[in-house]
Amino acid sequence: MNRTMPPEFRVKIDQEKCRKCKRCLMSCSFGVYSFADRVIPDSNKCVACNRCVVMCPEDAITIHESPNVYKDHPNWPLSIRKNVWKQAETGGVLLTGMGNDRPYPIIFDHLVVDACQVTNPSIDPLREPMELRTFLGRKPDKLEMEMVGGKPRLKEKLPQNIKLEIPVIFAPMSFGAISLNAHKSLAMAAKESGTVYGTGEGGLHEELYDYGPWTIVQCASGRFGVHSEYLNAGVAVEIKIGQGAKPGIGGHLPGEKIGAEISRTRMIPVGTDALSPAPHHDIYSIEDLRQLIYAIKEATGYKPVSVKIACVHNVAAIATGIVRAGADIVYLDGFKGGTGAAPTQIRDHVGIPIELALAAVDDRLRQEGIRNQASIVAAGGIRSSADAVKAIALGADACAIGTAALLAMGCSLCQKCYTGNCAWGICTQKPELTRRLDPEWGAMRLNNLLRAWGHEIKEFLGALGVNSVESLRGSRERLRGVGLDAQTLDILGVKPAGR
Amino acid sequence: MDHWWQKDISGCGLSGIINWDGKRISGAVIKKSVALMHDRGNGQGGGFAAYGIYPEHKDHYALHIMFTEEPGKPTRDFDDAMKETEAYLDRALAVDLAEDIPVRVTEKVPSHPLLRRYFVKVKQGSLKGTNMTEDDYIVSAVMHINDKIDNAFVFSSGRNMGAFKGVGFPEDIADFFMLENYEGHTWTAHNRFPTNTQGWWGGAHPFTLLDWSIVHNGEISSYGINKRYLEMFGYKLALLTDTEVVTYMFDLLVRRQGLPISAACMAVAAPFWKDIDRMEESEREACEAIRMVYGPALLNGPFAILFGHGKGLIGMNDRIKLRPFIAATKGKTVYMASEESAIREICPEPKEVWAPRAGHPVVVEMGKGIV
Repeated sequence: MNRTMPPEFRVKIDQEKCRKCKRCLMSCSFGVYSFADRVIPDSNKCVACNRCVVMCPEDAITIHESPNVYKDHPNWPLSIRKNVWKQAETGGVLLTGMGNDRPYPIIFDHLVVDACQVTNPSIDPLREPMELRTFLGRKPDKLEMEMVGGKPRLKEKLPQNIKLEIPVIFAPMSFGAISLNAHKSLAMAAKESGTVYGTGEGGLHEELYDYGPWTIVQCASGRFGVHSEYLNAGVAVEIKIGQGAKPGIGGHLPGEKIGAEISRTRMIPVGTDALSPAPHHDIYSIEDLRQLIYAIKEATGYKPVSVKIACVHNVAAIATGIVRAGADIVYLDGFKGGTGAAPTQIRDHVGIPIELALAAVDDRLRQEGIRNQASIVAAGGIRSSADAVKAIALGADACAIGTAALLAMGCSLCQKCYTGNCAWGICTQKPELTRRLDPEWGAMRLNNLLRAWGHEIKEFLGALGVNSVESLRGSRERLRGVGLDAQTLDILGVKPAGR
Repeated sequence: MDHWWQKDISGCGLSGIINWDGKRISGAVIKKSVALMHDRGNGQGGGFAAYGIYPEHKDHYALHIMFTEEPGKPTRDFDDAMKETEAYLDRALAVDLAEDIPVRVTEKVPSHPLLRRYFVKVKQGSLKGTNMTEDDYIVSAVMHINDKIDNAFVFSSGRNMGAFKGVGFPEDIADFFMLENYEGHTWTAHNRFPTNTQGWWGGAHPFTLLDWSIVHNGEISSYGINKRYLEMFGYKLALLTDTEVVTYMFDLLVRRQGLPISAACMAVAAPFWKDIDRMEESEREACEAIRMVYGPALLNGPFAILFGHGKGLIGMNDRIKLRPFIAATKGKTVYMASEESAIREICPEPKEVWAPRAGHPVVVEMGKGIV
């Protein structure tokens, strides 16, 4: 053991309460517990996932921050000292899971939403219709239509769009990064809630083809599991260029996770590492992207193509290029977006916040007069219906949730996804762990979350005096900033509160 | 980008009359109707739009121009503004008649701008080498004067029609402009209750562009996105009123994009999904497309509007009827107003009186009646 690493947590067993049932030993996937006449915890191994706490029938376990103190130094908080110790020990790249945990300002928390008083009435969503239906995809600049017998008739059909009953979708997370049961939960919930989930880059397990109408299949740099049937299985195809948690960085699913199911789905041999290159090796520029977009459209009968990028400095210009290259959806992943595994330094220091990226992209697409040609999906730090409402007001057509969806399935944000030991059966491929997640239970929890957010979004709309989400979309006039500097407000296109 | 704009909020009363057979009605009638709803305004704005009032100049665009202070622009001698405007008009257009708009000064309207009207045509050859229509050309001239010439504001620019508006109660504005001397087949009137005191004559309603006039009671809660949507198509929203947004939205959908007027009404007061889902296939597909493509054009929030366009009059409510709006008919005349009393004041025994359904426009066309 690495003796220079202090334990992060301290596990305490109330030996008077403990009935020695050993359920904690079975629950802990990190090997904290052993038994010798009584339960003995090894706090060094604890990640504070709280599985044991939840499973203990006697409420005998408590987990505490480690009481050990080191002399304080503002420039060298313990978290940074630990990184140095770890690297001195191993000589390796620091790895982590989930989204950026550095205390950057959270802009969503500095935006407040308007409501109606006197001059226009608020609307009660329990008594009046309140509409969240959203379509993702390309819309023409104008419609060609005629009136026939007093009824409107289209002269020209619209391009295919994805119909959502709630402007919240499940972010793409691959089979490999998460378990098959987690994928099943997402697919079932997407169907039930009238939304979509993304396959991520790991292909689509054969059991999930039936959920095609609620699926966006992904084509990433590793091209795992990509074949004609797969591309046509969903309602859209997503080209993943980058991920908010690790812009410019590829992926690495270690061979130990490549069992029979993943091997078959990804079309790679059992036990081999699945390496996703940092770039697509057939996309070194925007014109290459255009070729892939149209190759996919030709292969799928012109299903919408989404291009997912990490939010980086020139995101507005990049997004414009993506739309001009033919994308129907631009998926913006902010730097708070989650990951199954990423180099810590990259996760914590590369990329920009979704709020600013979203505002800049929406503005630029409007300035260029091409906003209608593509929908914008905002992701990377959407934590609540309020965040979703603010993102939509800033200009998003829909939001994607990854971390929030994982939390709904039981995740406790211990951030140890990269270890493959997820005690909740979500971010692991070990059969003894994955079976802990019952897909029906997972789907129910995800549905509950979306239903709750749907109700809340309707309450926001009602308070705003509008009864349809498109009247909030891009309506930055309904937001105000509190405690934001003038330049940030300018980029957001939002006035300060009081103006 | 300027994010510091402040929207202008107001409540209102409105009234409209149309004789679809073309019989002309005196301005005294509409004045009587809107005067009954005195309490729906606060003296900060009254106005009228009248169609069919200039039959002797029916082929001319009638430009009504006020020379006065303008918000956000320096104030100078109004005669200078007039001279600059007239010099521009002489250059850009064929001016066949220029005259003061006749007014009667009373103590109810203590001060007023310099008010002039010009009957103009597009000069032969002006459109050569452009893909503009005469209407486009006039719109660009109006935008030039309003945007570039300080203290000059075109408040009416249609053919055989005119807007008359100012700061005051509508009945006093009617007296000021001596509307009893005008006869038109279509009239709309507006009584304004702004929450801010602006005191600018150009800010009163109706808001007009070419033959189009809008009077509006309501607050568009979706103003922010409607404004950004219009800006994407090059509109400059200078007045920051809902009425301006409504006018430009119809201009975009109908004049520039060629949607049938009923389809444009469906875009701004869209049917609900629950109703669309029950429609037969081709209508469902069309309504779904309208909502997908014109979602940002949806005018959400309470409103009742009267939209006059020279060939008819349209009255409509928002999609859940959050503002009062009543219609009535008698013979070949259709009445629409915020209050039934305002109709009965000038038509004591209408044949039919009804409250139009939310989001369902009352469309009257000249020569046809209600369609």
